[in-house]
Amino acid sequence: MSEVTQAVSLPPSTGKIGHRFRALLRSPSGLTGAILIAVLLVLTVLSFLDLLPYGPLHQDPPSRLLAPSADHLFGTDQFGRDVFSRVAAGVANSALISIVAVAFATVIGTFAGLVAGFFRGVSDGVIGGVTNVLFAFPPLLLALALVSVFDRNWLTIAIAIAIVYIPIFIRVTRGPVLSLREIEYVKAATSTGQSRMMVMFKHVLPNITSIIIIQVTLSLSWAVLTEASLSFLGLGTPPPAPSLGSMIFEARSLVHVAPWTMVFPGLVVVALVVGLNLLGDGLRDVLDPRNRGKR
Amino acid sequence: MTFRTIAHNAVVRRIAGALVTLLGVAVFVFIMLRAIPGNQITAGLGTEAAALTPAQQAALERYYGLDQPLFIQFFSWLGNIFTGNLGFSSRAQESVLNLTAHSLPVTFELAVLSIVLALVIGIPLGMLSASRPDSPRDAFGQFVGLAGLSIPAFLLATTLLSVLASSIGFNPNGQGHASLFENPALNLQQMLLPALVLGFGIAAPIMRTTRTAVLEVRSDDFIRTARAKGVPPRRLQARHVLRNALVPIVTMTGLQFGYLLGGAVVVEQIFSIPGIGRQVLLGLQQKEYALVQSTVLVIALSFVIVNLLTDLLYRVIDPRVRAS
Repeated sequence: MSEVTQAVSLPPSTGKIGHRFRALLRSPSGLTGAILIAVLLVLTVLSFLDLLPYGPLHQDPPSRLLAPSADHLFGTDQFGRDVFSRVAAGVANSALISIVAVAFATVIGTFAGLVAGFFRGVSDGVIGGVTNVLFAFPPLLLALALVSVFDRNWLTIAIAIAIVYIPIFIRVTRGPVLSLREIEYVKAATSTGQSRMMVMFKHVLPNITSIIIIQVTLSLSWAVLTEASLSFLGLGTPPPAPSLGSMIFEARSLVHVAPWTMVFPGLVVVALVVGLNLLGDGLRDVLDPRNRGKR
Repeated sequence: MTFRTIAHNAVVRRIAGALVTLLGVAVFVFIMLRAIPGNQITAGLGTEAAALTPAQQAALERYYGLDQPLFIQFFSWLGNIFTGNLGFSSRAQESVLNLTAHSLPVTFELAVLSIVLALVIGIPLGMLSASRPDSPRDAFGQFVGLAGLSIPAFLLATTLLSVLASSIGFNPNGQGHASLFENPALNLQQMLLPALVLGFGIAAPIMRTTRTAVLEVRSDDFIRTARAKGVPPRRLQARHVLRNALVPIVTMTGLQFGYLLGGAVVVEQIFSIPGIGRQVLLGLQQKEYALVQSTVLVIALSFVIVNLLTDLLYRVIDPRVRAS
């Protein structure tokens, strides 16, 4: 793949976080995204604290395939399990896997991108080579192949997804770092005798944080989609643990008798991804000076 | 032409880079599949593997060359690939080369149809959005783009399939795959829904890229000059703006096309389309790792070739790339 020559964006390093956050909430897309994600985070927390109305695995055969009601907000499935509780637990599962995956990808990818762009030379060649190799696979296929290598559980799925997204962070970081290393204050910091590592973390990294924050949000939405697709294919979170993708897969045969078993998990996956995309767009508007006044 | 000038030629360097990447891909795939618990022998035998005596095990290992050092195994695999021996699928009782020769064109057709649909939706929508930023029509374009980015392909595919099959009885994919050459009418019907699902998803990045690129080009001086000279708006859009916005759009299209070769696995699976993605998935499910190993390599090879062609293509479109 050719070098992606990015224009340097140097977001101002001053500016308060609170101020940025308010600016984010003022944009309609940022606000909508933040609300969606906040609601879904509440579901995640409820699920982790075991505060859901029913256990997500609790079967109650007499009340199978009930339509949505006050007792069962999203209805029940073919085993009498509460769809709302399963959806909430599925969101928690998605959130856990995606957050861990993106955290790995961010830390490793950003560090590798920093090293490649700042030190150049051999490290740049090696890191660039690995990036090219990982980029040569369609992401979902790479994730599929990787999950079959490991014993499947939430952590190995997260690691597989992380490996897929590491090269994106490398590429997004390396470009701006290449230009930053030529800027006077970075050269000055180097000439004062600080170690190069120190300069890299203290003077280069802070200047690319906004790029990384935007990338984290967008990667989270891809990670959610990847995890859902993997479990739809039966290669994600092993059943009976609730996962949004496998719930939709199981609902295929029920869609005419009990459409709610597909509609609610489907809507929630879309809400999760829409929320993250909107938040990413909103953050880009607020944080990336290149976009100011353009939209 | 001396060796030096050839070695400095951008196209030659680009191709050399692609070859290095492919070697890396081969190493990566090889290591990944070696890391799978169990090996080719035990995976092929399933539960019967436990009944093997150590002597039988050793004989089988010798037969498959698994007693050789890893790097010799790697190069003998690579050597086989170069001579067209991609391995043998014991379930299908067919060589992987034959299987791939059937599945790759199917995926290729699906990818072409999806990309055409994506371009037909994405470019006009992007231009519409860019024609008046922050207006209702921009909001509409952005909304469609957001939907394309956010609705998982498997959800859209499953919904379309069950709704259309039950309401109007349209389910051409239920009756076994028809090849494009034997039964083109049925084949195109079978490709319609999957191509729509994939095309809708890809239309989103193409729409966004178009919008950004058009907005960027429109603020350039030469557009203002052209407008001042009285170039009619329609002609200005097509000849001046779109032509110059084409490089990022072509890059994005090439990238998405590459992703489809293999990345369409979910849609292929839902619509029972015997494409290359599904070949990998079946291989993984049935633990036929030789099949997976070679197929994944073929997919990566196609992806690298598509990227290379994209690069060369925008050298043709944009003289500025050639100059730099």
